[in-house]
Amino acid sequence: MKIDHSLPLEYSTEENRLKIFGFWIFLGAEIMLFATLFASYFTLYNRTGSGPNGAEIFHITPVLLETILLLTSSFTIGLGVHAMRLGRQKAMMGFFVVTLLLGLAFLGVEIFEFVTYVHEGAGLQTSAFTSILLTTLGTHGAHVTVGLFWGLYILIQVKRDGLTPETGNKSFIFSLYWHFLDVVWIFIFSFIYLKGMM
Amino acid sequence: MEFFERFAIPHPSIAIYASMVAAGLTMIAVIAGLTYFKKWGYLWREWITTVDHKRIGIMYLISALLMLFRGGVDAIMMRAQLAVPENKLLDAQHYNEIFTTHGVVMILFMAMPFIIFFMNFVVPLQIGARDVAFPRLNALSFWLFFMGAMLFNISFMVGGSPDAGWTSYFPLADGESVGSHYYMIAIQIAGIGTLMTGINFITTILKMRAPGMTLMKMPMFTWASLITSVIIVFAFPVLTVALAMGTMDLLFGTQFFTLDNGGMAMLWANLFWVWGHPEVYILILPAFGIYSEIISTFSRRNLYGYKSMVGSMVLISLLSFVVWAHHFFTMGQGAFANSIFSITTMAIAVPTGVKIFNWLLTLWKGKIEFTTPMLYSTLFIPLFTLGGVTGVMLAMSAADYQYHNTMFLVAHFHNVIIPGVVFAMLAGLTFYWPKMFGFMLNEKIGKWTAWLLSIGFLLAFMPMYVTGLDGQARRMYTYSESTGFGPLNMVSFIGAAIMAVGFVLIVYNIYYSVRYASRDISADPWDARTLEWATHTPVPEYNFAITPEVASSEALWDVKKKDHVLFKGDYEKIHMPNNSGVPFIMSCIFFAWGFSLVFSLWIPAIITTIGIFVCMTLRSFEKDHGHYISVKEIEDTESELRGA
Repeated sequence: MKIDHSLPLEYSTEENRLKIFGFWIFLGAEIMLFATLFASYFTLYNRTGSGPNGAEIFHITPVLLETILLLTSSFTIGLGVHAMRLGRQKAMMGFFVVTLLLGLAFLGVEIFEFVTYVHEGAGLQTSAFTSILLTTLGTHGAHVTVGLFWGLYILIQVKRDGLTPETGNKSFIFSLYWHFLDVVWIFIFSFIYLKGMM
Repeated sequence: MEFFERFAIPHPSIAIYASMVAAGLTMIAVIAGLTYFKKWGYLWREWITTVDHKRIGIMYLISALLMLFRGGVDAIMMRAQLAVPENKLLDAQHYNEIFTTHGVVMILFMAMPFIIFFMNFVVPLQIGARDVAFPRLNALSFWLFFMGAMLFNISFMVGGSPDAGWTSYFPLADGESVGSHYYMIAIQIAGIGTLMTGINFITTILKMRAPGMTLMKMPMFTWASLITSVIIVFAFPVLTVALAMGTMDLLFGTQFFTLDNGGMAMLWANLFWVWGHPEVYILILPAFGIYSEIISTFSRRNLYGYKSMVGSMVLISLLSFVVWAHHFFTMGQGAFANSIFSITTMAIAVPTGVKIFNWLLTLWKGKIEFTTPMLYSTLFIPLFTLGGVTGVMLAMSAADYQYHNTMFLVAHFHNVIIPGVVFAMLAGLTFYWPKMFGFMLNEKIGKWTAWLLSIGFLLAFMPMYVTGLDGQARRMYTYSESTGFGPLNMVSFIGAAIMAVGFVLIVYNIYYSVRYASRDISADPWDARTLEWATHTPVPEYNFAITPEVASSEALWDVKKKDHVLFKGDYEKIHMPNNSGVPFIMSCIFFAWGFSLVFSLWIPAIITTIGIFVCMTLRSFEKDHGHYISVKEIEDTESELRGA
């Protein structure tokens, strides 16, 4: 395998460059996936049937907490990738651990939020609005859950192998994924929660 | 016993029991044959675990041909039922199931794998690459598609087939039998495979071209594959979401497409066609690419209007996303929306027309040689244009109130899909057959096939335009004698039977050519123009011993005519990916997962979900650096292939 040392670690081999490029294309597909969910949400959000509408079930506190947790985690993973490029494995791993913990906390709040919704009579089967709300949030939450496992696996591999072109590449791609989830959340926060609370 | 009742078929008939026996016997014969000839190891090592794009391509081809016959039998049964008025061959339910599976199988499990076969086999060779960008992912794509197709195909024997049409509109697609569950889940599994194919080929084409091959020097089929892949990546996630929502409605009682609690059945129709219309262009653009290659090869001329060919495909791909509502002009979205979608739909005729004229101008003053692939291509031009013209008729939203849901529509889309896609697949199959297998298909039988299919096609579908305008509704299992549709439907049946003979001739042609065709052919038997013909036949594992250097879009032709040199330099060791059984195993688990969901078997569903994640975890931790082919091995292979 030819390693080009003039490039950052994650780009240093041909295979690495292909993987990063392919992942960007995958993110394009993910954008379409969430765009479809948002389009469906905007179609269905005032079709509440006999169930509650957004203003009745949304609470600012857990949502704000989730936003802070996820946005901070996006910042820390950025620091992690920066540390990786400086070759500082310990710092990189530290930032990744913080990122995953923040992600876990986010997920905890989201699960609490879902339980609250169901208690308030906004379950998956209540109305078209609650179905699409919980599906859109749930798809994002499922992505975060997968990301937690994925990030954990990468951490174990960095610990096992050190910072190699391979682990560097995986870490970088994971960071792209994580940032993407953050972007999706910004849309969820603005167009589902804030708009729904107005 | 109660547990097993769910697997019973709701509307049994002799035909279904007979196919169960036939399917069982075929399975036993295949297993016995593999055991008797001791081919299990060979099958596992050389095919099931392969990551070679050429072999994956051939597996796509085999699946597509199998599905062609499955869907073809459905078609013959439908035409036989409608051949005479008030026929009792099939009952209404059975007819519903058959037109549904015919549509799904032909579009998603025949045409899709057929075009992906061409993309797999041809594109890496055409751009001078050693494989696709992600060979292992490619294997996973194939096996997911295959398992999705198999899951869908067992539906008529286990639990009952879907019966709500290939569009599966809600609320018609209710959970009365498990048919709609099969539809949602089987297509989901296959669709994920297709999405990954799209990602794979965008990366391959944009990042792995031979030195010198700029974007505007790519062969036309590669261009078509690139644009198709882009459409796949942007259209298939919509299907993923729509199918997931449909599955949740059926299995978990959500309210997306229901009739009360705010549900909106039209949302399904919109989402379905936001995917479904680009899907049509996913099928036709690679077909256009194949025609471009064939017409330019057998006219012995460069393709006329290369840039406008590329431009028109880009335009078609953009327009394909803004026409979806023309599938339901009569469903009440109002005159304004209908007008917009009318105009965008008609606009597609412009770039398509540009392509037709470019092909005609390529033929103009060419030294035309009528081989079988060329015969298909020249039959395609007038027949497809006919379908295009009726498409513009259908695009007029006011007039569509007359055509909607009649046989006129059925005639139209078969008129574009059969001469457009199916002829391209058969032309391409004949064209690339020698590159795959080292001998040519018989030309005489091939030409007979082309003519039979064309005549059969005209007899089968032209009468439908007439009965459709007279008001014969599609998807009706019978009609009364007083309608007067009887004679024309009999003509359709005869046409369908002639087409069936044509398809049987293809099988005979393969059998005949395997036995009698000469093995002594060159690596470039058609005197073709692009890189795939510059390597040996059979193509070695690494495709090209030395990466070619390209100076034009007709790289090989310019070697022949302008003394270009493709292969400069010496052999170097070649890095190749390792085989892996994980894609196959993971897809088998996906099959079990899908089956469990179809029948709401929650415990197996949870276990298989965990199984899928275990496979992904193993992949994450696996260290697979591939292997190298040494210079010595390359020299040996090359001298052997050159000698042969």
